[in-house]
Amino acid sequence: MKNKKFDFKDYIRQRFFPHIWCPGCGHGIVLSSLLRAVHELGLNKNEIVITSGIGCSSRISGYVDFHSLHTIHGRALSFATGVKLSKPDLKAIVPMGDGDALAIGGNHFIHAARRNIDITAIVMNNRIYGMTGGQFSPLSGCGKQATTAPYSTIDREFDVVDLAKSAGATFVARSTVFHANECKDIIKKGINHKGFSVVEILTQCPTYYGRKNKEGDAVQMMENYKTNTVKIGSKKLEKNPGLIQRGIFVEKNDVPEYCEAYDRIIETAMKGQA
Amino acid sequence: MKNNNIRFIQGNEACVEGAIYAGIDFFAGYPITPSTEILEHLAARLPQKGGKFIQMEDEIASMGAIIGASLTGKKVMTATSGPGFSLKQEALGYACMAEIPCVIANVQRGGPSTGNPTHVSQGDVNQARWGTHGDHSIIALTASNHQDVFKITVDAFNMAETYRTPVVLLLDETIGHMREKLVIPEPGELPVVERLRTSVKGGVDYHPYLPRDDGRLPMSDFGGEHRYNVTGLFHDMWGFPNNNPNVVGGLLRHLVDKIENNVNDICMYKEYWLDDAEYILISYGSSARSAIHLAKNRRARGIKIGVLELQTLWPFPTEMIREKCAGAKAVIVVEMNMGQVVTQVKNAVDNPNSVFLANKISGELISPEDIKSLLRMIQGKGV
Repeated sequence: MKNKKFDFKDYIRQRFFPHIWCPGCGHGIVLSSLLRAVHELGLNKNEIVITSGIGCSSRISGYVDFHSLHTIHGRALSFATGVKLSKPDLKAIVPMGDGDALAIGGNHFIHAARRNIDITAIVMNNRIYGMTGGQFSPLSGCGKQATTAPYSTIDREFDVVDLAKSAGATFVARSTVFHANECKDIIKKGINHKGFSVVEILTQCPTYYGRKNKEGDAVQMMENYKTNTVKIGSKKLEKNPGLIQRGIFVEKNDVPEYCEAYDRIIETAMKGQA
Repeated sequence: MKNNNIRFIQGNEACVEGAIYAGIDFFAGYPITPSTEILEHLAARLPQKGGKFIQMEDEIASMGAIIGASLTGKKVMTATSGPGFSLKQEALGYACMAEIPCVIANVQRGGPSTGNPTHVSQGDVNQARWGTHGDHSIIALTASNHQDVFKITVDAFNMAETYRTPVVLLLDETIGHMREKLVIPEPGELPVVERLRTSVKGGVDYHPYLPRDDGRLPMSDFGGEHRYNVTGLFHDMWGFPNNNPNVVGGLLRHLVDKIENNVNDICMYKEYWLDDAEYILISYGSSARSAIHLAKNRRARGIKIGVLELQTLWPFPTEMIREKCAGAKAVIVVEMNMGQVVTQVKNAVDNPNSVFLANKISGELISPEDIKSLLRMIQGKGV
């Protein structure tokens, strides 16, 4: 399909629409970036397995015309690990929300990174539990309003990039839904990377996060992604170190990928038999 | 000539041999007493035949991994014990809902909680049935000796593939750790069921969740020509989430019926001296060994006593038990819990007042003597 002009209809299951996302939600841009990435990579739809957990973001798996596995809350990476290890030829993509990936699913996240299994995890970070109606997440940070923090949050947040790096992910990147092309390019690189890839995408939830925290409507929130983020190492950081950096933070190609390492275990075990 | 098919091994190893015979391709697990030997032996055995083994970060992840692997067309299994079995329950329910073939061995130890890790119990019978939330049906098998552990492990894989369901192997610490003889059957001696795959060609609509007339759902492997959705939500024939009352009610009924309507095919048991039995001992797993020992001993003294050893615990073989126990003066259920199977037996028989429980809950194996004292009381002979 690479040579054909991109048409999202080639990649979605129209039967499954309309989607569940609120007007102004950033998730549609992530979906579109993902589909454009797949298109530009020229991947065969039969070789992609998209595995997700529970939450607004996790509904992506049903909308796309790939093999799709909509699992249980937080555990998508463990299901995807089974898919990938049992059939390493498949491309494994796992879209996750921030709560799904790093609260209930935090253990699977760090261990998938540690193993360096060839899965692309897309963390769609809107800093809130949207599907259940606006509870704070481990990415909300302090001093935020949420239905479970009526007096403001006191929970500190994770930095997804730092966490993924420390846990051993061999590709770590960040972008935002304002930067849709960058988003697509980073997802492409993540999918192509042989190893565990973490792509954090900042995406707005105007309904629950924006409204409660007086961050404005969807347009305003996207505008904020433009003004509050910079490319890695930008000079603007000198004046304003609080800016969020975007780009590729880690790209290591010298760490053995898990399924390939296991193939060598099979070779060793089979030799012992002969 | 040395016969490599005769082994002197632990029950957990017999389970591993059964899994290999059944064609296991993929195992994911986490260390837990008293099931760890299953994990250890498969770590060695699976790569020798090109299969895959992975030690996951926790019990939940192990359950997730086997479900994922099953969808690529592999025969899969995990093994655990009480606390781990509790942790797996949500994903086990997912496998029920999404109809994913998989085998879960639970080598039972004393509970609740961390309980009595190195000692025997049969306290998870009801958890195997109702551990996950929501209504559903399940298959759970058990055995009292290594030859039977081997066989029911093969049966577990066969049933998982036939009915597209998780199958629980309820072993126990005594069986798992005890060593005895196992004769590994020749290939072909026991039936091995392969997955039913769809014959629908690529490019033609495939309905992954539209059951055939016989209730079976032919599968298509992930990576194949048919791309479809798998979800733990109630879903339509395409696998798409759907909460239409007819869809929800119809799917739940299908999930239950596909197992309960086949109770006779799933029901496995052994019987000893039942023909003229006035007293019937109903037991399963390691406690059945004591029941059989006692019955043999009492028979020698002229008491008409027999044993019904259950190998299928779920779906519960209600009809079979009612028939077998129809002529008995008394039925004694021998088990190592506070009475999980005895409740089912009371429901099954015509005269529930004739059903008694001989149990032991201390972490020790119930002995023939333990059963004998209850039998003597029932016989009016005093203790």
